[in-house]
Order: sequence, then structure tokens, then C-alpha cells
Amino acid sequence: MKKSKLKGWLYLLPAIVFLGIFMVYPLVDVFVYAFQEGFNFASQTYKGVGWYNFSYVLRDPYFLQAVKNTFIIVIITVPVSTGLALLISLGLNSIKPLKNLFQTVYFLPYVTNTLAVGLVFMILFKKTAYTDGLVNLIINWFGSESIDFIDGPYWAKMFVMCFYTVWVVMPFKILILTSALASVNEDYYKAAKIDGTSKGRIFRRITLPMISPMIFYLVITGFIGAFKAYSDEVAIFGTDLNVAGMNTIVGYVYDMLYGDSGGYPSFASAAALILFVIVLTITVINLMVSRKNVHY
Amino acid sequence: MKVVLDHLTKRFPNRTKGEPDVIAVNDFTFEIPDGKLIGLLGPSGCGKSTCLNLISGLEKPSSGKVFFGETDVTDLEPENRGVGLVFQNYALYPHLTVRQNIMFPLQNLKGADKLEKEEMLRRADEAAKMVQIDKLMDRKPSQMSGGQQQRVAIARALVKMPRVLLLDEPLSNLDARLRLQTREEIRRIQRETGITTIFVTHDQEEAMSISDEIVVMKLGVLQQIGKPQEVYNDPVNLFVAQFLGTPAINTFTGEVRGGHVYIGSEAVLDAPGVPDQAVWVGIRPEGFILDEKGPFTLDLTRVEVMGRDTSVVAAHPFAQSPSVRAIISSENEVDADAAKVRFSLKPKKVFLFEEESELRIRF
Repeated sequence: MKKSKLKGWLYLLPAIVFLGIFMVYPLVDVFVYAFQEGFNFASQTYKGVGWYNFSYVLRDPYFLQAVKNTFIIVIITVPVSTGLALLISLGLNSIKPLKNLFQTVYFLPYVTNTLAVGLVFMILFKKTAYTDGLVNLIINWFGSESIDFIDGPYWAKMFVMCFYTVWVVMPFKILILTSALASVNEDYYKAAKIDGTSKGRIFRRITLPMISPMIFYLVITGFIGAFKAYSDEVAIFGTDLNVAGMNTIVGYVYDMLYGDSGGYPSFASAAALILFVIVLTITVINLMVSRKNVHY
Repeated sequence: MKVVLDHLTKRFPNRTKGEPDVIAVNDFTFEIPDGKLIGLLGPSGCGKSTCLNLISGLEKPSSGKVFFGETDVTDLEPENRGVGLVFQNYALYPHLTVRQNIMFPLQNLKGADKLEKEEMLRRADEAAKMVQIDKLMDRKPSQMSGGQQQRVAIARALVKMPRVLLLDEPLSNLDARLRLQTREEIRRIQRETGITTIFVTHDQEEAMSISDEIVVMKLGVLQQIGKPQEVYNDPVNLFVAQFLGTPAINTFTGEVRGGHVYIGSEAVLDAPGVPDQAVWVGIRPEGFILDEKGPFTLDLTRVEVMGRDTSVVAAHPFAQSPSVRAIISSENEVDADAAKVRFSLKPKKVFLFEEESELRIRF
């Protein structure tokens, strides 16, 4: 008995070692850093233990800006991308000819290189010496002034950011939702048809509850993904996000570690823990809402 | 409400290129009298579900017409036909309670037909009582057994008081005991409501036990319609004879010569007036009489005594299947060690069929 238990641990050893080094240790380390006050990166020493790192981060205007940006991105992109993906999936599901073609087209962004996507958005929005960008061309057509989407007003930059985020996350959601819709048993629709159920009622009372677990999955992962946004911001506004006023929480963490003003793992850890608490809270709220509205 | 099918045909394009269309339902003409329970019976893929879908309106016929009473409903959408349909897998909405499931069709009603909430609840309760699930109204379908789910499905179909009730393989998802119980239940509900009911099944025993009339189909072609016992006693062709009855009918290759039916060299039965020809001879298992001087000799394989009946399993070189089964009363004593067993035959239980067309030869 004892011997076989030992054997079991032996089999687990490689996984435990790797997970321990690359997951558990850093996790613990984040907590440790976050509470070490006045940590000196060069000498690896600290002055005391306490909550100062948190109070500093919460008073840092760059961090507050990052929190605001992150929340705006989350609140706009998650509902919009999920709703649009649902509409497109319903459309895809109800057409027969060219269905596969459209499915492929909608999935293309998922397999497209981020840099290529960034380039496309440049062409759409970036003002250069030669052109104001495709979108401005259209705006000019309607007789309005050009807007600088990349270096201009905050709302314009936020619009581009949200537009980009929605566009990037949608293919995966469409993929999930089209397969969820296709997996609803045809007999439910036949039964509803026999009973003379209207289209709207079929959608609300049958389709939506049937695919609710998948919608819930997409909302949860969507929230978490949007809270962790960073690389998309860099792709559009470059690495100096604080100056552009478009930094996100994860961006702030990165800057505190490796940015030009970096070298403060304590502040980075504190910010990361604050993000963790925010995501945890939102996920718990999501779970509570879902208990009532999601049908497995 | 009587249901009349008039030269009803449904074709589907063949999936293999260059092959002719598949005719799922081929020129059906028959009338289902008001208030009867009808079994559509046939092997898998014979078009019985398609036939049901044509009656419900889920599918439109390629040609022909469907009448409910005197009204032509061929071009009506399913919701305007007033049919209730029970699916093989019940198709209960899993996220709704039993009560919500049963009320679902009522909530669809619009305009002049719209009901008050109280009226809906009352009718749902009434339907639930009819199928005896009124104590389970707040459960979800997943918390119920297959038989209970089946009842909910029937209640949901009944609640809007359909003119015709359609059941697609209603019992095939139930275990053997429940199947017996539920088919009695269906019979009772049908009697109480008096709704014209059509159900589809591939199980001949099921169809024969509860139907007022059965409709036997094969490859989209109507074979025979009639009261179950009539069809059993008087099949029009070899297929119907073989499809009905458990154990199945024993089929032999035989010959008619000079008014006698020969199987091999033995003249087993007289068939006066039948011209000389090669025939199929069908003998029902209960058509054998143990008789030491009988004209029909079989090689005895084994004897199975099952209470009331004794089943004699034998072999014969001219039989279509490796074993021939005769069912006789267990009062007869069969010597299980004997190599041969001899029978005489009950003429009413022996059917002759033409060799080519497999149509019945009456004598």
C-alpha cells in the first residue's frame, strides 16, 4: 500500500516540478512582492512589510487611467462582440447556400497574424503624410472634418480600440455559437412549429435557453480576456501607452516591471493582485447571474 | 375528424448521382375513420414517418392531397392543421418544467383564441390528469423516467385539443415492461378523448395489440389495410404474412400439382382448383397439428416447453429459414429424442403465394 502510494507520487513528479517552478512559485512570489515595502531591485532588499504598495498604486494617475480604460473596453466589447456574434451565427445557421464560405470568411481573423491585422487597421485609421486613412476618407465624403484616430481625442482612440477588440474576438465566438446552434435537436423546432410558435418566441423560449451554457462560457471568457487586454493596445498605439493615455491594467503591470520607468516588482505585483480581485469579483457575479439563467 | 389521403406521393432526390428519385410514400389512398386508432406499420425505412410528416404538414407532398374531414389541408401550415405530434424522443423542452411544457402550445395562441392565465393552468392540469402526471407538474423532464416523459409529451400534444393526434414511434424508447403499460395507456387516452390517432411503429405486436386498424407498408408502397386480426388471418402477399405474427410464419418452397400442395415429395394439403405451379407455402406456427400419421415430415431439432405452449423447432430442406417453428398445446407430448416429427396442417393457417409476384393464391 505504502509503496504504491510512493509510486504514484513518482509518476506525478515531472508535472509537479514544472507546475511548482513555473506556476506555484511565481504565484506565491507575487503575494510576497506585493507586501514588501521599498523593495530595491538592485540589492534585492526591502525596508518593511505592509500595504504601502497598494496605496501607492491606487493613487497613481497612470494606474487609475489604466483601470478606467480597461473597464470601458470590457463593458463595451464583451456585450457587443457576444451580441454581434450571436446575430451572425443565427444568420449563418439559417442560410443554406454559401454557408461554408461565409463561415470561413468570418473565421479568417482568428487565423490571421496580429501584425497583418494591425496593418489593416493602420490603413483604415492611421493619419500619415500622404493620407488620412480610409475611414477619414469616408468621413470626408460626408462633409465632415478628419479625425485623428491614433493620436487624436480620447474617444476616437477608444473607439478604434473597442472596434479592434470586437473584431479580433468575434471569430471564436461565432465558431462556438454556430456549432451550439447546430447542435440543438431539430425535433424541438418541429414540435414548436406544430404548436404554431412564433419566430421570436422560438428564439427566446427555445433557442436561447438551449445555447445558454455556451453564451455563458463566452461571456465569462470574454470578461477575463478583456480584463487582460494589453497586446492589442500595443499593436495599435505602440509601447508608450501611458503617454497615449490608452494603457490597461496588464499594460501598467508590464510597465512597472520592464518599462522605461520600470524596475518596481512590488508595485507591479500589487497592481496584478488588484486585477485578480476585480476579475474574481466579476466572475463570481457572473456565476451568480448564470445560476438563474443558464440551463444545462 | 376523419383523415383522407388521396394519391399521396413524396419523392426525395437520390443521394447517389444518376439514380432515380427515392419514393418514400408512393400513391397512398386510404381513409382513416373518425375517432379510430390507426397503426402505421412497416420495417425501418419504409416511409411511415414520412407519411406521418405529410399528415402533420411538416413535409409537403410531391403530389396528392390530404383531407381532414371534408377540408383540404394539403397547403396548410402545420400550426393551422390542428394536429398534435408526439416525437420518438419526446422533444420536451429540458429547461421548462412539466407544467410549462404542457402550457407551451397554449401560450402560442393569438388573437381570438388567446386564453387567460387561469384557463391555461386549468387546461394544463386537465391534460396532466388525463395522462396521470398531475403530481409531477413542477419537475423538469430530466427528473422523470422515460415513461413519465412520454406522458408529458402526450399531454402537451393533447392540451390544445387537436383534431388529429400523431405519434411517431411512441414506445420505442421505453423498456419492455413500460412499453406494455404505456400502450394500454395510449389506448385508454385515445378512447377517452375520441381523437383520431395515427401512430407509427415497426413493432407488429405493438400495432396489432392496440390499433383499430393497421396499415402495413413496404418501401413506400401500401400493402394492406384492415383490422389487425383480419390482416393476420388473410394477408394479401408474402411480405404481410411474414411481417405479422410472432413467431414469424414458416415459409417453404413448394408446388401445386393436381390440386395438391407439395413440399418436397409430400402432399401436405389439398388445394382444389389451384392451377399447377410453383408456389411459396406459408404456414403459421399455430397451424401445425401433431399427428403420427400426418403428411408433413420434419427433422426434429429440439422441443421447448414454455408453460401453456410447446414450441417444436425443426428443420426442413425446403424451408426458407434454417429452423421451422411449430407451436402446439403443451398437452401434446413430443418425443424430444426422435429424429423425425410428423404433422398435419390446419388449412386456414396455410397460405399459398405466387412464386414471382408473391401475391396470395386463394383456394
